[in-house]
Amino acid sequence: MDVPAILSDQLHDCRGAFSETLEILAASDHRIVAVVNDSVGSSKLGNFRRRYPDRLINVGIAEQTMIGVGAGLANGGKVPFVSGAACFLTARGLEQIKADLAYSNANVKLCGISSGVAYGELGPTHHSIEDVGWLRVLANMTIIVPADRWETAQAVKAAAGSDGPMFIRVSREPVPDLVRAADATFRIGKSETLREGSDAVIIANGTMVCRALEAAERMAGDGADVRVVNMSTIAPLDVEAVLAAADTGAVVTVEEHSVRGGLGSAVAEVTSTCKPCHMRIMGFAGFQPTGSARFLCERAGLSAEGIAASVRAVIAARGAR
Amino acid sequence: MIAGIRAKSRAVRRHCMQMVYDAKLGHLGGDLSVADILCTLYFGVLNVDPAKPNDPGRDRFVLSKGHCTGSLYSTLAERGFIQLEVLKTYMQPLSRLNGHPNRNYVPGVETNTGPLGHGLPIAVGMAIAGQIDKATYRVFAVVGDGELQEGSNWEAAMAASHRRLTNLTLVIDRNGLQQGARTEDTSALEPLADKWRAFGWEVIEVDGHDHAVLLEVLGASGTNRPRCVIAHTHKGMGVSYMVDQVSWHHGIPNQEQYEIAMRELA
Repeated sequence: MDVPAILSDQLHDCRGAFSETLEILAASDHRIVAVVNDSVGSSKLGNFRRRYPDRLINVGIAEQTMIGVGAGLANGGKVPFVSGAACFLTARGLEQIKADLAYSNANVKLCGISSGVAYGELGPTHHSIEDVGWLRVLANMTIIVPADRWETAQAVKAAAGSDGPMFIRVSREPVPDLVRAADATFRIGKSETLREGSDAVIIANGTMVCRALEAAERMAGDGADVRVVNMSTIAPLDVEAVLAAADTGAVVTVEEHSVRGGLGSAVAEVTSTCKPCHMRIMGFAGFQPTGSARFLCERAGLSAEGIAASVRAVIAARGAR
Repeated sequence: MIAGIRAKSRAVRRHCMQMVYDAKLGHLGGDLSVADILCTLYFGVLNVDPAKPNDPGRDRFVLSKGHCTGSLYSTLAERGFIQLEVLKTYMQPLSRLNGHPNRNYVPGVETNTGPLGHGLPIAVGMAIAGQIDKATYRVFAVVGDGELQEGSNWEAAMAASHRRLTNLTLVIDRNGLQQGARTEDTSALEPLADKWRAFGWEVIEVDGHDHAVLLEVLGASGTNRPRCVIAHTHKGMGVSYMVDQVSWHHGIPNQEQYEIAMRELA
C-alpha cells in the first residue's frame, strides 16, 4: 500500500474532472446525455454543450421535471447525467428521486454540484449537508462521494458503465490530488485504505479525506498509528472495511455533511449492530451560519487539528490495549 | 374497429368492478372514467407488442394517475401483457398487481407512478429521447384533472412546448372530480384549454367516452407542437349510481351494488 506523500499545496475543483470525463465518455457512448436546470455554467458543462448540443437538455429551473425527464430519457435508452446544485437537485425533487428513479430502478445518474457547504456564505438554503441522508434511505440508490479529481473521474466512468440510479457528489471546494499507486483502481462499494494503522481508524469521504490524512500525519508525530479509509461509496457500504476498522475499537468518521444520516450514521449502523466500538461522528450539527466553506468546516472541527483531537478522544475512551 | 374497442371497454369495466369488489380496495370512479381512453389507446392507437414489451421502437404510454390500476391492469391483460387470471390477485399480499403500477413486475408498465404530477415530466423525457434519436415512436401520458394542481405538470408543459415535442400527446381525464370535491370547488382549473394553449400546446376537446372521436384525435400527432387532448369524462361512467358521484372516488360496492353494476355492464 502506497502511503500518500504530504499533500501538495495545489488544490483543484472537482467539477472539471466531472465534466471533462463526461465529454470524453460521450464521444464514444452515444447514450450519454446531460440534463440540467439552467446549471450549465455551475456544472461546467459549457464544453459538453458545444460538442454535443443535441445531448444537453436544459429543462429550465424545474428540478422535479428535470428528474422526471431523466427517468424518461433512461426509458428511451439514454444514460442521463442529471446535474444541478446538490441542495436543489436532491431536495426539490426528492419524491421524483424516490418514485421515478429509486423505486422504478431507472438508470439515471444524479450529479450534485457544489455539495456540502461549498456555498457557505449563501446560507443553509444553499448548503447541501442533508443530501446523503435523504438519499441513503432509498433502496436501489448508489451514493458516491469522491475525494479528489481522479476519484470524481472514476466515479463518472463507473456510473456510465453500471445500471441503476446513482447519486454522485461533485464538490467545487478545492482539494489536493491524493497520491495513489499507478495501478490504483476504483470500484463502486469498495473503500480505499490510504494509510495503514491499528491504533484507531478515520473513515472519511469527499473533501474530508485530505484533512483526515493530515490529521493522521500529526498523530504519527505523537506516536499513534492511525489508519485512514476513504469511504467514497456510502451505499452500498463497504461493510468489511467498517468491521475491520471496528476491530481497533476506536473509529472516527468525518464528512462534509450533517452528523445525522450520512457516512457516520451508515458506519454506526454496522458497528452498533455487529461490532460495537468507541466512535466519534464528525460533521455539521445543524443549520450552519454564514461563512466560507473553510471557515464553517474549521468552526465545526473539520480540520486536521479538530480531527486529530477527536481521534485522541476516541483512543482515550477506548483505553490502552 | 370501434365495435371491438367498445367491447374491450365493457370488459375492462367489468374487470375493474370485480377486482375492486374482491379486493375491497381501489379507485373505481377514476377507473371507469379513463377506461374508454385506455382501450382506445391499447386497441386502436399504440404500437406495442406484448411479446416484446421492451422493444426500443415501441410507443410509450404513461398512466400518471397511477391509482387507476384497475383499468390499467385490466387493459394490459385484455391486450395480452399479463394473464387475465392474474387480475384475481389485485392488491392481495405479495401480488404483482400493487395498488399503483410497478414496471419491474408488470410488463407494459413503463414507469412506477402513484404520487401525482410525475407522469408528464417522465413522458417529456421519453419524447426527448425519441426526438434526439429521430425515432418514429410516439409518447402518450394520461393525467387526471385534479392532478393538474401539482406544479410539476406545468414545469413539464413548458419544457415540452419549448422543445416542440410533436411526438408527445397528453390526455387529460377531465371528469371534474377529485378525491374530495369538484376540481372547480377545490382549486379551479378552468379555463383549462386556454391554460394549455398559453403554455404552447395544441388543444383538442373531446367526449372522452366517444371511441370514434378518441381514435381520431389520438391517432394523429400535433403538427408543430405537443398535443393536449382534454377528454371530458364522467367519474364512474357505466354504472348508474356512480356517475359523477365524488363518493365513488374510492368507494367500495356492497354485494347489492356489485350485482347492479355487473348487470349494467353486461
